[in-house]
Amino acid sequence: LGAMAAALERALREAAAALERGGDGAAAALGAVRAALAAAGGPAAFGERERALFGAFLRSLARAPRAARPEGVWQGCFLEGPPGLALCVLLEALASPGSVRLGEVIEVLEQFLQEGRISALMWEVCQQQAQAGSPELQEALLNKIVCLPDHVSNKLQGKNPAVFFPQNYFPLLGGAVIQVLQKISDSLRGGLDCSISFVSHVLGKVCVHGRQKEILSVLVPRLTDLTKSDCIWQRICWRLVECVPDRWMEAVVLGFVQRAPGADVLSRLLGNLVVKNKKAQFVVTQKVLLLQYCHTTAVLQNLLGYLSLDSLRRALLIKVLQELLETWGSSSAVKHSPPEQQQYISKAILICLSHLKEPEIESCRQELLTSMMEGVKCHLDSNLPQIRRLGMIVAESISSKINTDGPVLKFQVKILLLFSPHPILLPRTLFLVLAKLGGRLDDDLIPYDMSEDKELKIKAPVYIRDCIEVLTGSEDVDKWEATVKTLESLVRKNPAATREVSVELAKILLHLEEKTCIEGFVELRQRAQVAVLSTDPIPVAKYLTSQFYSLNYSLRQRMDILDVLVLAAQELSYPKSHRKTKHSGAQNPCIQLLPGSDSSKDWRRIVDERIKSKTRRFSQAELASGPNEFNSVVGHFFFPLIQHFDRPLTTFDLLGEDHFVLGRLVHTLAILMYLAVNTVAVTAMGKALLEFVWALRFHTDSYVRQGLLSCISSMLLSVPTERLLQDMTEELLETQSWLGDVVEKDPDGDCRRLALQNLLLMENLKKKLKTPANLT
Amino acid sequence: MALPPPDPQFVLRGTSAAVHTLHFSCGGQEPGVPTLFSGSENGFIHVWNLKTHRVDTELDGHGRKSVYCVETIGSKNRLLSQGRDQRICLWDLAEGRTSVTDSVFTENVGFCRCSLLKVAEGRWLVAMAAKALEEVQVLELPSKTSVCTLKPEVGAKLGMPMCLKLWQLNCGSQPLLLAGYEDGSVVLWNLSMGKVLSQLVCHQEPVMSLDFDSEKAKGISGSSEKVLSIWSLNEQQNLQVYKTHKLVNAGIADITIRPDKKILATAGWDHRIRIFGWKKLKPLAVLDYHTATVHCVSFSDHKNPSERLLAAGSKDHRISIWSIYTQT
Repeated sequence: LGAMAAALERALREAAAALERGGDGAAAALGAVRAALAAAGGPAAFGERERALFGAFLRSLARAPRAARPEGVWQGCFLEGPPGLALCVLLEALASPGSVRLGEVIEVLEQFLQEGRISALMWEVCQQQAQAGSPELQEALLNKIVCLPDHVSNKLQGKNPAVFFPQNYFPLLGGAVIQVLQKISDSLRGGLDCSISFVSHVLGKVCVHGRQKEILSVLVPRLTDLTKSDCIWQRICWRLVECVPDRWMEAVVLGFVQRAPGADVLSRLLGNLVVKNKKAQFVVTQKVLLLQYCHTTAVLQNLLGYLSLDSLRRALLIKVLQELLETWGSSSAVKHSPPEQQQYISKAILICLSHLKEPEIESCRQELLTSMMEGVKCHLDSNLPQIRRLGMIVAESISSKINTDGPVLKFQVKILLLFSPHPILLPRTLFLVLAKLGGRLDDDLIPYDMSEDKELKIKAPVYIRDCIEVLTGSEDVDKWEATVKTLESLVRKNPAATREVSVELAKILLHLEEKTCIEGFVELRQRAQVAVLSTDPIPVAKYLTSQFYSLNYSLRQRMDILDVLVLAAQELSYPKSHRKTKHSGAQNPCIQLLPGSDSSKDWRRIVDERIKSKTRRFSQAELASGPNEFNSVVGHFFFPLIQHFDRPLTTFDLLGEDHFVLGRLVHTLAILMYLAVNTVAVTAMGKALLEFVWALRFHTDSYVRQGLLSCISSMLLSVPTERLLQDMTEELLETQSWLGDVVEKDPDGDCRRLALQNLLLMENLKKKLKTPANLT
Repeated sequence: MALPPPDPQFVLRGTSAAVHTLHFSCGGQEPGVPTLFSGSENGFIHVWNLKTHRVDTELDGHGRKSVYCVETIGSKNRLLSQGRDQRICLWDLAEGRTSVTDSVFTENVGFCRCSLLKVAEGRWLVAMAAKALEEVQVLELPSKTSVCTLKPEVGAKLGMPMCLKLWQLNCGSQPLLLAGYEDGSVVLWNLSMGKVLSQLVCHQEPVMSLDFDSEKAKGISGSSEKVLSIWSLNEQQNLQVYKTHKLVNAGIADITIRPDKKILATAGWDHRIRIFGWKKLKPLAVLDYHTATVHCVSFSDHKNPSERLLAAGSKDHRISIWSIYTQT
């Protein structure tokens, strides 16, 4: 072997000299080097001295003139020599090309990649590592391997060959990693020791550079196959991940969790990593579950399934569940974190619960119960329906899990659709045919006329005063039902009679409770209330708005008041001709709007429609015109509502815990503002509303904030532009900066969107102001 | 064009309370006046003379609690009545007497009418809802000895019995009981074994009334829904749905098949009496006279078919008497 080494050394020296001299001798000298290299058994047999010599040789080769480098031979020197040296020299040449052209270097690099020299390089380092190689050199090589695509593309400015594209290079690197692991596995089986840490470093650095997808798409399926039934491969795989430095651990673990096809595979690939490595534990149990919420349900299932598959890790699973529940049950988290994150956490809780076994639940039953109770409370307290629903779903699952034999919590999360009854009337012709057939076949019983057999109708009262009597005192349930059903049309037909008793009627309707189960009772009552209010707006509005802030009403009644005010305002502000058609449409209700249904959506739709309608229409149908009835009464609807919101009563505290009603109030004000367009009072209203919004702008409840932002929208749309800019300039500027804040910082997506919409509206105002000036 | 429906032949007024049950007694051997018994909400039983259309006697035996079932036992002088005071009374009305000779304390708080069946000369069976919620008890009269107690299986969830019909195929054969329950099912019971022979879910709502024609092995039931259900009993004693009939308005309080099995009448919550042909359930007439819920319908047992009457009692305190389809 010594002789071989000596021969190689000699050949190298001669070649270096030949390259210095130049001319024809170079070809022969290079050939001699390759032959000596082959004879010495490849670069693997190199000692320090040979490496240094070879390095010097390669460098001088890279500097040598074109003539001294016979085609095919000089490339061979790079491809057959020690891969680490070759890569370093090639990259140096790339950075400062001497006589070797850039294109040539790239060609050699391309061949270097395609002939699997990268895996040879890594294997070389792994072997050296086992004998403690220099860490600086390894670091340098690591950088070169991982950043190769960047180096090349920086140099070539977009003209680089396809193999250096990240989407091609990193899968190739993944293949090389597998080859190295294969060699490691072989050598382990051969009883030889070797280190895997360089491969782990490569993997970690690639992942932290954001190329998890490319490299793991090759690694994960291969490793999944290889670890299926081979425990050495499993150990190799575990070591591979364990040896990743802490600073890159997150990227690697996350990559595996996202790409593993299932929890069992993940468990095979990672082993007990989370127990051994603090950083990995933090990522798995904290970061992915509690701090991030962008991952898919499959990722959650992988992750929690992985935790459940080993007894050491199951302790972590219970800990994770407790932490998740703590977050789920924290009222501050419910209030301030986005609904998407809450949904994510709820999903994680449900998955955890499904993995828990009876004895484990037994051990933490009391804690589960406590956090469930807290969580239910703050979820049901929320104004957002989806949060309430989430709370109910999670609480039901927890309850069914912890109470295997006792009573189980059950919410009725149902959407009731009540359809109007359809009378079943046989078509007359069909009936006659049946009668004839029946007569012939059956017997000689001849039917009497049954055309009068119709659905039963109770005679309802025909005078408004009779209605009042029935609604207040009657024990006759049928009559009461008929009255409730007919009251609206009666009020509309007799406006004069209604005005005589309007406030009394409004009072009765406000306190009217459902005596029997009538289909659509809530809606019938509401329509009657709206009819009374729009027939005699001023006294009834005065009454209703004063009752909104009085003692001893239920929240439901207060919200009824708001709904009625909105609907009547809507009716009054529409031209009469429109109202007719609209009304007949409302006459046959198909679906009953249940109390608490999401009417805020309706309101927003109105605002949205309004924004859409800003587009100009050129052809307009002839419309019957009439005075705006809302003009004279709008103040009675609006101002009393805005006055007392900050004065808590003993039973009603808008700024405190009754924030749901506050939310409805704010939305109501937004609608009233919108409907007040073209009325005289609109500017005063706008000013008052802006002040109101300003006072509440930092409210913690997102439903309230949404309402406030809707208020701003409708104010911008309703108040004439000139008045806005002359009378409220400062307020508008303040509002604008607040809106900017909301767009950036609000945790609620709807709030951010509404604020953005408002900013756009403001921009439009500015434009509108400029355009006429330009025209004139 | 079909004829307009007839008017009532006459109307009996004067109960001064809602009428809950009616029973004719017109076919007796002895020459006597045709009689109609009515039980009303104020606890009185009125004995109507159908010749004069007046009340002959007023019986007060249920402590002013509603009477919801009246039947004669054998002759018109022996009467059985059931009231909301949880008692079944047996009356002796012979020779002008008006005394309660015996009574059974049912301890049942429901509205289920009892059912009476003559099994031998001087021996009757009476089925009634028992004290326990889901049970039916059968007693022998006049001895008042308990024949059996019919308990649904544990977990059957039938609810309370709502209506009962004792019957036997012919004299001397095994008596059977049909019972309609709160959950809408009709159950056929074997009395001697105390076992369910067959169960059929006929309705979604409680069965309010049923009647059975043992000759055709076919029965009919009504509930608070808009549907009449007709079912049949096959050779293996299994109940099967035969057909259903949709009504215009919901709620049937009572159903009776005329003794000649030609027609049947229903008492509707919609104030109307409906007449159907029994063979095919062909709708024949809708009698619209009452102004409140009709509680009960009953056919008379006149010997002469042409004299047969239909009576209906209503919440509006009136009893309407009709003569309809008597010529067949």
